[in-house]
Amino acid sequence: MRNVPVTDIAAVIRSKNSGPYELTFDILFKDEKVYRQIKNIDFFTPERMAALYGVTKDEIIKIVYFDPAFAVKITMVRPVVSGAPGDTDVYGAQQHAPLLSLQIPLAEISSAPYPASRS
Amino acid sequence: MEKRPDLIAVDAGSTDPGPFYLGAGKSFTSRSAVKRDLEILLKGAVANAIPCIIGTAGGCGARENVNWTKEIIDELAKKNGLSFRMALIYADIPKDVVREALRTGKLTPLHPAPDITEEEIGESVRIVAQMGAEPVLKALEMNCQVIVCGRCYDPVPFSAPAIKKGFDPGLAVHMGKILECAAIAATPGSGRDCVMATLYKNHFELEALNPQRRFTRLSTAAHTLYEKTDPYFLPGPGGTLDLAKTTFTSLEEGRVRVSGTRFLPSDPYTVKLEGVKRAGFRTISIAGIRDPILIRQIDSVLAEIRRQTEKDSGATGNLLFHVYGKNGVMGAMEPEKDRLSHELGLVIEAVAPDPEQAASICACARSTLLHFGYPGRISTAGNLALLYSPSDIPCGEVYTFNIYHLMTVDDPVACFPITVYEVNR
Repeated sequence: MRNVPVTDIAAVIRSKNSGPYELTFDILFKDEKVYRQIKNIDFFTPERMAALYGVTKDEIIKIVYFDPAFAVKITMVRPVVSGAPGDTDVYGAQQHAPLLSLQIPLAEISSAPYPASRS
Repeated sequence: MEKRPDLIAVDAGSTDPGPFYLGAGKSFTSRSAVKRDLEILLKGAVANAIPCIIGTAGGCGARENVNWTKEIIDELAKKNGLSFRMALIYADIPKDVVREALRTGKLTPLHPAPDITEEEIGESVRIVAQMGAEPVLKALEMNCQVIVCGRCYDPVPFSAPAIKKGFDPGLAVHMGKILECAAIAATPGSGRDCVMATLYKNHFELEALNPQRRFTRLSTAAHTLYEKTDPYFLPGPGGTLDLAKTTFTSLEEGRVRVSGTRFLPSDPYTVKLEGVKRAGFRTISIAGIRDPILIRQIDSVLAEIRRQTEKDSGATGNLLFHVYGKNGVMGAMEPEKDRLSHELGLVIEAVAPDPEQAASICACARSTLLHFGYPGRISTAGNLALLYSPSDIPCGEVYTFNIYHLMTVDDPVACFPITVYEVNR
């Protein structure tokens, strides 16, 4: 096992509103085998996400693995409703940055570098 | 148009730009851009004798937005000598209807939106409901060629004509779900380009109309995640789209085939309500801070400015500091608590019940901070690099979402009144 930076194995890491009351994060992995490993070890738990964002576990609404896109989706309660006084990101599009620092433990899959693009 | 489509449709709206537009009844797109796009759509539809359906007209789909779109269409019809029958479908829901729904247990908050009271409903400025396919089907039955919908479930402009022709609603709605985002589901994705979809009995196919883009199995599947909570179950008016058995297959020439999506009708029929209320008036001031002695103690300085402003401004309202270079983007969720940039961008924001009080609070905080004698200060001329003259900018009314609920309806058409016009005839 070795810790791999998520930015090495993900093609897309993003955040966005899912309606005005929720923030949703998508991580799309480049490689199906890597995705399967991450799903199998259940890396993305409500506890881990709550700790990363400094919120309570109850505020993590749902974590779904989506096989057709080799993706995991994490949805949480918006700290402030979109566009209400005190909100800092109306579209919720810049809340993904803490995810970029994740290190994910993976078994060696192949010596070849992960593909740079997916199609 | 060489591909001979049976329909031109567009989803013109979203709640993403926030509550202001529904509150003010204004579009978040410019009139000239909408006019430019509508001219292309209307000419294409009339020349080919096919329907043109516009969903969530004017951005938030309130009555004002539908009428604004109608006015543009009237101008274009006159200019281009186009004549057609047009339907306007309004989606505004009167407060009395919403109050009655609350009293009779027909109103459920969409988690995590809070429960609501009758007083809260009374405070709403505008309430709209997302219509399903049914009102659009009715307008099509009345032989309307151009249909301008108020707030509308995003896939409906695309799915309704297909459902009318007897196609599977699961496939029709899933197709609409992808088409409503234009070419975002293609790779490279873009919200600017059109997409052609072809619906068959047991599947649909997508192709990008810009040769630089193509649809792949993965690009299409990945799009399912976009702006949703659960990619397997997508709830909408009258039912849920079930993607548990959906398959995506890449075809030649940058096309993709999608099959297996099912529509599970819900009983009772529900529509989603969106409402906003006034939160006050806003004034902001924008400034930079470059002095490292001040930057080091920014939190304690701002706390003191807040204390003094509350004491001295003589106004009631909320004072907010947005400190870019510290936590301006993520606020309390920012994990980098200790790192500060060598310069900070500061937005002083005041929200108050009227414009005068908002201006007073903002001005008081700005002038107090400008000359504040913090510990260790050696730059004694002023603490802020004010970006503009005037330094304080009134931003007008502020709104906040206050209704985000499901409402049970007996008739999926009755809440959405249809007005039919003969344009240029």
